[in-house]
Amino acid sequence: MFWSWPLDGWIIVVGVLCGVSSTLLGTFLMLRRMSLLGDAISHAVLPGIALAFLWTGSRSSLPMFLGAVIVGVLTAFFTEWVRRVGRVDEGASMGVVFTTLFALGLLLLVGAADQIDLDVDCVLMGNIEMTPLDRIAVGSLWVPRSALTLGGVTLINLLFVMIFFKELKLFCFDPALASATGFSASLLHYVMMIMVAVTAVASFEAVGSVLVVAMLIVPAATASLLTTRLSHLLVVGCIIAALTAVIGHLGVIAIPPQLGLKSAKTAGGMAIAAGLLFSLAVFFAPHEGLIPRFVRQRRLSQQIMLDDVLAFLFRLREAGDASAVSISRVSDQLMIPELRIRRSIAQLLADGLVEEIGEAIRLTGMGSKRATDLVRSHRLWETYLSDHAGIAPERLHDKAEKLEHFTDPGMRKRLDQQTAASIDPHGRPIPDEAGGERD
Amino acid sequence: MLASSWDDWWRVLSLRDYNTRVVVLAASVLGLSSGWVGSMMLLRRRALLGDAISHATTPGIAGVFLILTLLGYGDAAKSPLWLLLGATGTGLLGVLVLLALGRFTRLKEDTSLGIVLSVFFGAGVALLSLCQEFPGAAGLDSFIFGKTASMGRADAQWIVGVSALVLAVLILLRKELTLLCFDDTFAGSNGFPVIALDLALMGLVIAVCIVGLQAVGIVLMIALLVIPPASARFWTDDIRKMTWLAATFGAVAGLIGAILSGIYSKLPSGATIVLVCSSCFAVSLLFGTRRGWVGRLLRRLSLRRSVARQHLLRAMFEAQEGHADDLVRFEELMDARSWSVGNLRRTLARAIASQWIIDRQGGYQLTPRGMVEAERMTREHRLWELYLMTQADVAPARVDRQADRIEHVLEPELVARLRQMLDEVDSPMPINPHAPSKDDVIQKQASEDLD
Repeated sequence: MFWSWPLDGWIIVVGVLCGVSSTLLGTFLMLRRMSLLGDAISHAVLPGIALAFLWTGSRSSLPMFLGAVIVGVLTAFFTEWVRRVGRVDEGASMGVVFTTLFALGLLLLVGAADQIDLDVDCVLMGNIEMTPLDRIAVGSLWVPRSALTLGGVTLINLLFVMIFFKELKLFCFDPALASATGFSASLLHYVMMIMVAVTAVASFEAVGSVLVVAMLIVPAATASLLTTRLSHLLVVGCIIAALTAVIGHLGVIAIPPQLGLKSAKTAGGMAIAAGLLFSLAVFFAPHEGLIPRFVRQRRLSQQIMLDDVLAFLFRLREAGDASAVSISRVSDQLMIPELRIRRSIAQLLADGLVEEIGEAIRLTGMGSKRATDLVRSHRLWETYLSDHAGIAPERLHDKAEKLEHFTDPGMRKRLDQQTAASIDPHGRPIPDEAGGERD
Repeated sequence: MLASSWDDWWRVLSLRDYNTRVVVLAASVLGLSSGWVGSMMLLRRRALLGDAISHATTPGIAGVFLILTLLGYGDAAKSPLWLLLGATGTGLLGVLVLLALGRFTRLKEDTSLGIVLSVFFGAGVALLSLCQEFPGAAGLDSFIFGKTASMGRADAQWIVGVSALVLAVLILLRKELTLLCFDDTFAGSNGFPVIALDLALMGLVIAVCIVGLQAVGIVLMIALLVIPPASARFWTDDIRKMTWLAATFGAVAGLIGAILSGIYSKLPSGATIVLVCSSCFAVSLLFGTRRGWVGRLLRRLSLRRSVARQHLLRAMFEAQEGHADDLVRFEELMDARSWSVGNLRRTLARAIASQWIIDRQGGYQLTPRGMVEAERMTREHRLWELYLMTQADVAPARVDRQADRIEHVLEPELVARLRQMLDEVDSPMPINPHAPSKDDVIQKQASEDLD
């Protein structure tokens, strides 16, 4: 791995700046369901660049920058206009607008191509590797030009978000209320469009549109899987964007040499890194992640099955049937495969809630307490639902069956006060509170 | 720069060149099939799916090339078959990721689209840059950026073959796909395999995208999938007509675009095709018979005029009800409603021109035809007022306003039912609830002012 601070250090700095500035705005785009606007703008700026070139005849960056930003804002504007006038849905109107502008740009470039070679690939794929070479002196330090531009853009975006945080929040979650409270939601919308266009153009001059589109959407989406508060979303999103840039560049200079290849495009690498962090979040995010969700679900269903076994043993004992029951009978009656029942019973044995007598099982004192609580909850609920909620008798059992697993002593006490009955609607006695602490 | 002679026109239009023939044919067939598939996607509200899919195919192309080259099958790496297989693979993967994100996370559809699009394309760019050090990688770019003008016989064969297959599947699954587009929940509850159908539809999009990519490039492929269907939507509400129209628009755009770029050799053909599509869209947006802007404007105008005419006729009728003679003065009409002088004059002029009213000395008079119509309008208005007062318990001072809004859209059947309900069959004209006292008139005026 070949690493040099003046080169790779600056590449990472530029990547981080691009990521942070894009994510600050991208979070709001995501919340406004306009994630694809970045993609549309980055394709559509082509005619702006071409026109600026044809007009001024030079490749200097300011006119091209302005041309690109203007067309970028026009993309947002036209999309909205076509959507409203033509009553087309948003995706379609965006598709129509940006492809048309892109084609127009290609056509204009034909006119320009006689005089100069404007590289379309370069606009799309960017050239972040070359950014450290184009430097400007700041005091005694030589800083890459794109780092300065992007630093400025990041600062502006940060100020914008901080100053208008309250307005933006309202604007994302309730535009109607935003308009009603007196500030113009559509003005804010267009200010934001201008900022997105500026950010996109400033970034892809340095890093290519692939990375801008990825940075506008992916870190914000990753953050949204980790947290839901808007302020946290912004902070987490920016941290993820910065991580993305670092991991992306490190990956690009570290991995290809292992396969005997030269290093790959950094912009592509950063996009891949963004995707990797996103998929990590999809699988492992503590609250939303697929795996934690799966584990929680399994644990809950296991808990419910244990409860069911205990309540079943209690009911059999209550009916005066048998105090010790064979495992196969439990399996038959609860309609759960014997293998799973055996696993649950092993758990119950370990917790000391049941005891084994040969092939049969029986409630222990502690298990009996727990089962009493469950059955009491069940019957209290049945009584309550029948007396106070007017639920039909044949539906009582199913509802109570669900609720009994989530009822704590405090809730039982309140149910008891509300119902004041000692017999449930099916005519069975409601057992007294078992007393003592539940484990 | 764009100079061309009649010879050029003739050369291209007569399709004398083999190459022109190939390009024109391939472009129109591609336009046809993508217009058709695209209309399904548009109705499914997934217009931009083509965007994500066509970007998602790039890592497949570069990846297959890289793997085959690294394993030492350099020759196989250049054959389009392998590259297209790779493209199909990652395209499908992209679609599956998209569906999975929609199902297992609470991200919005546009966010998932953006993620798939940017991450897959990023991977494509990274892999493509790795390919650059091998000989033979130069052609890979054309898979991404298109090379319409230099399309060869093999490319055209691919396009025509795949399009035929896609169209066959579309025709076979027409009923199922229509149901899927309009009501997927209903389709699911009727036992149709919704997920499989969805995958099939996306598979068709992938197929069209992949053969289209090397012909026109990513962005222009998206245009072919989105613009013709969006244009067709302005002309009809019938899905069968819409798919036909979209396919025709696509084919014609392909044809015209290819011919134009054949004549003016500098015009890039992909961009030309898209711009022809876009012009078609602009025309449809303005003049489409069903949802076009001009048509909608005209319909609204004519509705407003007919409402104004009905108001005028009723005002005439009610004014002359209180008279001995049937001449109504302009001032009387002015007092009847809160309309402006100009508005009333214009409405009068139009009513006179179409012979509802005659302009006599000192006033206006209903023609026999106008009389019948005015009587009908007034009856309907009063029936509705009566209904509101007796059945809906609305205060008499407020019924006029409400009846005013609805009277223009009352169907004859509804009027008959109202009459039946109100037992008004005997007397042809219900009395005016506002007429009797002066107080009512003042009150009514006040309530109108308030509104």
